Amino acid sequence: MNKFIAPALAAIFALGAALPQAASAKTFKEIKFGVDATYPPFESLSPSGEFQGFDIDLGKAICAELKVKCVFVSQSFDGIIPALQARKFDAILSSMTVTPERAKQIAFSSEMYDEPTSLVVKKGSGLKPTAESLKGKTVGVEAGTIQETYAKTYWQPAGVKIVSYQGQDQVYADLLSGRLDASLQDSVEADYGFLKTSKGADYEFGGNATYDPKDVLGSYIAIGVRKDETELLKKIDWAIAQMHKDGTYDKIQSKYFNFSIYNAEAAKQTP
Amino acid sequence: MIYILEHYWRAFLYTDGYQMTGLAMTLWLLVISCAIGFCLALPLAILRNAKNPLLWGPVWLYGFIFRGTPLYVQLLLIYTGVYGLHFVRETPFLAGFFRSALNCTLLSFALNTGAYTTEIFYGAIRDTAFGEVEAGRAFGMSRAMLYRRIIIPSALRRALPMYSNEVILMLHATTLAFTATVPDILKIANDAYTATYAPFDAFGLAALIYLCISFALIYLFRRAEARFLAHLAV
Repeated sequence: MNKFIAPALAAIFALGAALPQAASAKTFKEIKFGVDATYPPFESLSPSGEFQGFDIDLGKAICAELKVKCVFVSQSFDGIIPALQARKFDAILSSMTVTPERAKQIAFSSEMYDEPTSLVVKKGSGLKPTAESLKGKTVGVEAGTIQETYAKTYWQPAGVKIVSYQGQDQVYADLLSGRLDASLQDSVEADYGFLKTSKGADYEFGGNATYDPKDVLGSYIAIGVRKDETELLKKIDWAIAQMHKDGTYDKIQSKYFNFSIYNAEAAKQTP
Repeated sequence: MIYILEHYWRAFLYTDGYQMTGLAMTLWLLVISCAIGFCLALPLAILRNAKNPLLWGPVWLYGFIFRGTPLYVQLLLIYTGVYGLHFVRETPFLAGFFRSALNCTLLSFALNTGAYTTEIFYGAIRDTAFGEVEAGRAFGMSRAMLYRRIIIPSALRRALPMYSNEVILMLHATTLAFTATVPDILKIANDAYTATYAPFDAFGLAALIYLCISFALIYLFRRAEARFLAHLAV
């Protein structure tokens, strides 16, 4: 009896030990990214049905660095973490902000990018997103945003006048009329919603809000993988670092944005 | 609820630490706009009763425009529209006045309530019992004195119930103030709501405050009516 069972058990154990290895070896031939392609300019579908956007270009660049094939899988955002757990794909590449709740379920790569909070000012005003520069000035924010919290936390006590608006369009209207000296909002929103329109021609970015010791603005955006895929995570982190070194990242960034979307300072601060 | 009370009670009542907010701001809006509206309405109501169309025509037009359009639209026009005009921004006095959101809000509220109050007073003056006027004339009163001694006091007393209604409607209208970034009670309730996502707590608290003001106003007007309308009591 024993003679028969022992080799069988050994075979099963050997198989069990071999399986994960086989799985991870397969992972590095191609990486399947789960994408919710409804969020331009980061990820969307072209009219011909192809994935496009900043995230997609970064994903392709990561695959190129790792010399593997890139596959994109469409997945709605609300079910994207369960789908990752169910092994429908290997990684989430969908403008996902790192939060403590998500970090409990999946592992995150190093920073892909950060939608920074930016100050918009009149061209030539020289205003910077710091309390010293804005002292005595009036800054508009949309009520209920993290930018409102930011301005009220760091700037209002230092003598900057903060005005809250019902909507972001009203902030721009008052920036144009001259009631406001500057406005504080999401940089991508500002770029696409105001600066790149004809109304925003006389305005420019005054810079990104980087000083954030109380972590009001939250974390960066990263690629999510299953917690047991440490090997894959290491490879992705390496590829991201490599892209910054060889200039690929900057090249892709300048295709989409006229400001720096990578915020290394914030990346260092966040544990 | 306890979180909201702990964090927002000061903002709800009088200040967020940097400016007047909440109850104090709502009452300020109400009192100032009603005061200006009242001062505006009294002479206009007299003009509205004039026989000369050049006198009553403009007043009629003013009432027609401000009672015929929503206050929200008027506020937007005055806050966003007027300051957008080039000559307003070039004239230092006008620029200084219209740059302030509070000034724009007070102006539009005052003009709006002024239009309604004019109509209320106009009706009351028109309905003055002819016997009262005749008695005044018999005393040899001049027209100005007739207005001062007889018509206005009598008309204002009779207008009181209608006027109290207008003041309470004006209180409800102040909830539009945040459209022009003025932080009234509703704005603070909104802040509390976005911080907690507890709509019944945040807006319920605001409703409660409005209710208290309404009741206080009703009580005061009741007292005033009991005093000034005693001669009309059945």
